[in-house]
Amino acid sequence: MKKMLKTLAIATAGLLVLAGVASATEGQKDAKAISYSFEGPFGTFDKGQLQRGYKVYKEVCASCHSMRLVSFRNLSEHGGPGFSVEQVKALAATFTVNDGPGNDGEMFDRPGLPSDRFPSPFANGQAAAAANGGAVPPDLSLITKFRPGWYGTFNQLLNGIGGPQYVYSVLTGYEEPTAEIKAEMPEGKHYNPYFANGHFISMAPPLVDGQVTFDDGAPNTVDAMARDVSAFLAWTAEPKMEERKSLGFMVLIYLAVLALLLYFVKKKIWADQH
Amino acid sequence: MSGPSNYQPKSAFGKWMHERLPIMEMVQGSLLDFPTPKNLNYWWTFGGILAVMLVAQLITGIILAMHYTPHVSMAFDSVEHIMRDVNSGWLLRYLHANGASMFFMAVYIHIFRGMYYGSYKAPREVLWMIGVLIYLVMMATAFMGYVLPWGQMSFWGAKVITNLFSAIPFVGESVTTWLWGGYSVDNPTLNRFFSLHYLLPFVLAGLVGLHIWALHVPGNGNPTGVNVKGSQDTVPFHPYYTMKDGFAIVVFMILFSAFTFFAPNYLGHAINYLPADPLVTPAHIVPEWYYLPFYAILRAIPDKLGGVVAMFGSILILFFLPWLDTSRVRSGTYRPIFKQFFWVFAIVCVALGYLGSKPAEGAYVFWSRILTAYYFIHFIVILPLLGLLESPKPLPPSISDSVLAKKKPLAPAE
Repeated sequence: MKKMLKTLAIATAGLLVLAGVASATEGQKDAKAISYSFEGPFGTFDKGQLQRGYKVYKEVCASCHSMRLVSFRNLSEHGGPGFSVEQVKALAATFTVNDGPGNDGEMFDRPGLPSDRFPSPFANGQAAAAANGGAVPPDLSLITKFRPGWYGTFNQLLNGIGGPQYVYSVLTGYEEPTAEIKAEMPEGKHYNPYFANGHFISMAPPLVDGQVTFDDGAPNTVDAMARDVSAFLAWTAEPKMEERKSLGFMVLIYLAVLALLLYFVKKKIWADQH
Repeated sequence: MSGPSNYQPKSAFGKWMHERLPIMEMVQGSLLDFPTPKNLNYWWTFGGILAVMLVAQLITGIILAMHYTPHVSMAFDSVEHIMRDVNSGWLLRYLHANGASMFFMAVYIHIFRGMYYGSYKAPREVLWMIGVLIYLVMMATAFMGYVLPWGQMSFWGAKVITNLFSAIPFVGESVTTWLWGGYSVDNPTLNRFFSLHYLLPFVLAGLVGLHIWALHVPGNGNPTGVNVKGSQDTVPFHPYYTMKDGFAIVVFMILFSAFTFFAPNYLGHAINYLPADPLVTPAHIVPEWYYLPFYAILRAIPDKLGGVVAMFGSILILFFLPWLDTSRVRSGTYRPIFKQFFWVFAIVCVALGYLGSKPAEGAYVFWSRILTAYYFIHFIVILPLLGLLESPKPLPPSISDSVLAKKKPLAPAE
């Protein structure tokens, strides 16, 4: 059995080389390896940080980016920012939602409800492109899951894909281009070496120090706001993360005990054969 | 399907049933009393693990299908609906997605175990060939399943793979159009992939039934490759192997859970969380890890048709393995040279997988060609010659002798 375990270990190492094979777009700089409260098998979201992140999203990002997979009600659900049901009701009501048709056959506006999805800033992709110089601002619901901050098979196994770090790095990673780079930079673009699709990003630096005032008096530097909003986007992409990890622990403990018991049962049964 | 059974119905109902449908006799003969070589090691537990994985995939898949919508404009969102709104939907989907990877991991170990111990040799050729068929159906099923979330890699993967059929001379274009149900990968393609992804697992279940039937005629092979000579060589399947397999299955579940709960997206592609966009081609279109060796073979051949033929050939050649290996000795344990070539072959397969994950350029293409050639040489040249040239080590007289011999060194020397 020892020999088998050795063989399995080697084979697993081989298979790991096969997995996680995506590679970076040429020249994309690895995201800054900042750490978050929700990393690792025990990590959970920091509710205060998610609430602040929501505020940054709402006051800054939401003017161009949609978030079409998230509903207001999610904000009060377990494992999220932890707003109260009343807060979410009040918050949703500050938005106007076009609904209908009503009994008269006409569409009508009404205040938002917790069951509504976050309203999108543009009616469709074409409108978004037209308003943003031809570039459609990506939907942010899943951005921390589809944009890796770094690559490498073992790196991603140990550290995840670095999605939140990618968002953080893009938000804080605008640089003054060198004359050489400036020469090839298209009109209306900005230089950002962390951006996934080449170095030139259409989005102007969205954050400035002190832009959003947090109710809890937390710091509102660009760095702090970028951390908060990227944590919020980690939650929007994986809202069941806390449930997943805590259930995972129970399952693993259960299976470990069961395996141990089965091992001894098996040993006892085979005792007369060996 | 049943082994020797001395089933005697005990209750009145048992007697009544036995005269009409002797199902309990079959259960006792093939599942409980079934005589199994007593020297099976843990590599033999993967058959049971695979059976469990098939059932797990069926159960999670059937429930997922209750919430999924096979339409190009709704598929992606319906998967996110499962992840966000369906009770334990995230769990079902992560189990199903990681389950596919685990299924392949187990099937590869199962196949390589068969190759090492000569499990394909007479009288188990049909058993082996049904196994290859199972593997083919598995690949088709997993491929279509990966298309269903309709993310970027789903769409472009479907496009690349279905386009392979356009390499067929004369009718290629028509075949591809027929597969797509239109002139590109679109809603009809997604619909039929969903339908087939639901159907094929039941075909798989039927083939697994045949596989087990074909196993129960000659009985299990074993690590020595020596035939069972009498009851001293075997133990009843229950409780000996139900408990040994049960232990192995639970250990495998620990690995499965580790991925599902703590790295659920590691084995997938990040970009598949971006909805399919026919106008934006991803920088690298890469299949799931379990197809990578074949992807490397496909791209190693400079000609499209040649690549497709080589790729399918690399699997179809397995059907002929029982006749390509000319050695009369079954188990690799007693074949010192074969053993080394076996490991070289295993490493070549992993290396091909690595190359399949890399862009088709420069040194990667060069090595893909070398290793693709080796892959076929292993089957067509090395195995037939080895059987004729190699002098195997002496075989133990029987299974129980080999078990006793193994036990000896453990006893005190004095």
